[in-house]
Order: sequence, then structure tokens, then C-alpha cells
Amino acid sequence: MNYLFAAFCFIWIVLFGYLRFLQKRLKALQQEISLLKEAIRKSLPDEGGR
Amino acid sequence: MKNRSFIWTVLSYSLLIAMLIDLYLVLLVAPTERTMGDVQRIFYFHVPSAWVAFLAFFTVFFGSVAYIATRNVRYDRQAIASAEIGVAFCTIVLVTGPIWARPVWGIWWTWDPRLTSTLVLWLIYASYLLLRGFIEDPGRRAILSAVVGIVGFVDVPIVYMSIRWWRTQHPSPVFAGGAESGLDPDMKIVFFFSLAVFMLLYAVLQGLSIQIKRVESDVVELSRRAAEKE
Repeated sequence: MNYLFAAFCFIWIVLFGYLRFLQKRLKALQQEISLLKEAIRKSLPDEGGR
Repeated sequence: MKNRSFIWTVLSYSLLIAMLIDLYLVLLVAPTERTMGDVQRIFYFHVPSAWVAFLAFFTVFFGSVAYIATRNVRYDRQAIASAEIGVAFCTIVLVTGPIWARPVWGIWWTWDPRLTSTLVLWLIYASYLLLRGFIEDPGRRAILSAVVGIVGFVDVPIVYMSIRWWRTQHPSPVFAGGAESGLDPDMKIVFFFSLAVFMLLYAVLQGLSIQIKRVESDVVELSRRAAEKE
């Protein structure tokens, strides 16, 4: 039964690990998008002034 | 867009429910195997994981061929998403196998053709992922990894056929293995349910990963344009 438990635990760890990896990447993307938005917002008045 | 998000929510919840049902079937409904006992229940996750890994590596192969033929980045994204999932499931196979082997064979590992070719398969696709991390230029990265994705797939039929071609410590095939192969009908139902759940899991992970990669390349493109403007 111990071996069965170990195998099940490992499977869940890998699956949740992969989901966590996707989630982290999504978070990094969201941060990058907000940085880009900020950069665009800052560059807009300059362009209007030209 | 709202429709798509609704479909994803329904799919994710269905998957969660299906996984819980699967756990119930595997632990409480499937009959206990006479000689191996409860540890044989690892089979219901070990084998579907191997099939999903094969499917994922086939998708890498297909995406790689399609990318080389069309140079459409969509196929490259499909290939990399599948390679990641394939490596994750292949890791499950390589770890649950020895956990199952220890109480049954008395050893964790042996260098028999099935086990060795599976380890080689894992190494090939792990290198595929590493290679992508080392190359900066997106075009070169896509082409080189497509080549690895095509050549690497050669090992998949070897892994599949190894227990038919050579005498191995690994058990002979349960499905399509000849007159002496087969599975108890109750075990068969649980196995195919488990396989369906793993396939659904693969589909959900693949869809999510492709979406993330699409947004990732859009962000890279936007950042490049913003940098050019400055």
C-alpha cells in the first residue's frame, strides 16, 4: 500500500507542478503586459505633442 | 471570447470531477490483482500516462513536420506545448514504473529494452526543451527544434515494440499482445475510463499551454515594437 501511495503522490505532484509552472508563466505575462501598457500610456502625450 | 471562457470553465470542472471518479474507480471498484495485490493499481495511471506521452510526442512530430512544410508558427507552438506535456507524462511513467517494480520484481530498475528505450525517449525530449532555451533567434529555434522533434520520434515505435521484439523483464503487452494477453472485463472498464480522463487532461493542458504561448509571442512582438519606437 505504501508503494501505491507513493506513486499516487508523485503523479499529483507532477500534475500540480506543471499547472503551477503554467500559472507562473501567465503571471509573468500579465506583468509584462501591464509594463507595456504603462510604456504606451507614457509615450502617447509625446506623440500627440509632435 | 466569453463563450470560449465558458467552455474552458466547463471543461476544467468536468476534468476535475472525472479525475475524482477515476480515483474512486481505481482504488475501490477495480478488482485486486491475484498475484501482485493492491500495488497493481498503479497500472491504471502508469499505462495511460505512457499512452498520453506517446500521443504528445506524436503531436510534436506532426507539429514539427507541419512547421518545416509551412513555416507557420502555430505548428511550432503546438509542438513545444506537446513536448512539455509529453516530458511531464514520461516522467510519471519513469517514476511510477520503478515504484511498481520494487515490490513485484524486487528491484527498482533494470536496463532492459523497454525501460532503457523509455529513458532515452525522456532524454531526447528533455534535450528538445533545453535546446529551445539555448537559442535566442525564434526562426532558428523553431527549425532546429523541429528537426529534433522529427528525429526524436523514431524512438516512440521502438519503445512500443520493445516488449514484442525482445525478451524483457517488463511484462508482455496486455492489449494486442496475442492469445495469452488480456484483461479482466472490470479492469478493462476502469482502464479505459482512466485513459479517457488522461486524454482529456492532455487536451486541457495542451489548450492552456498553446494559449499562453500565443500571448507570449504577442507580448514579445509588442515589446520589440515598443523598443523600436523608443
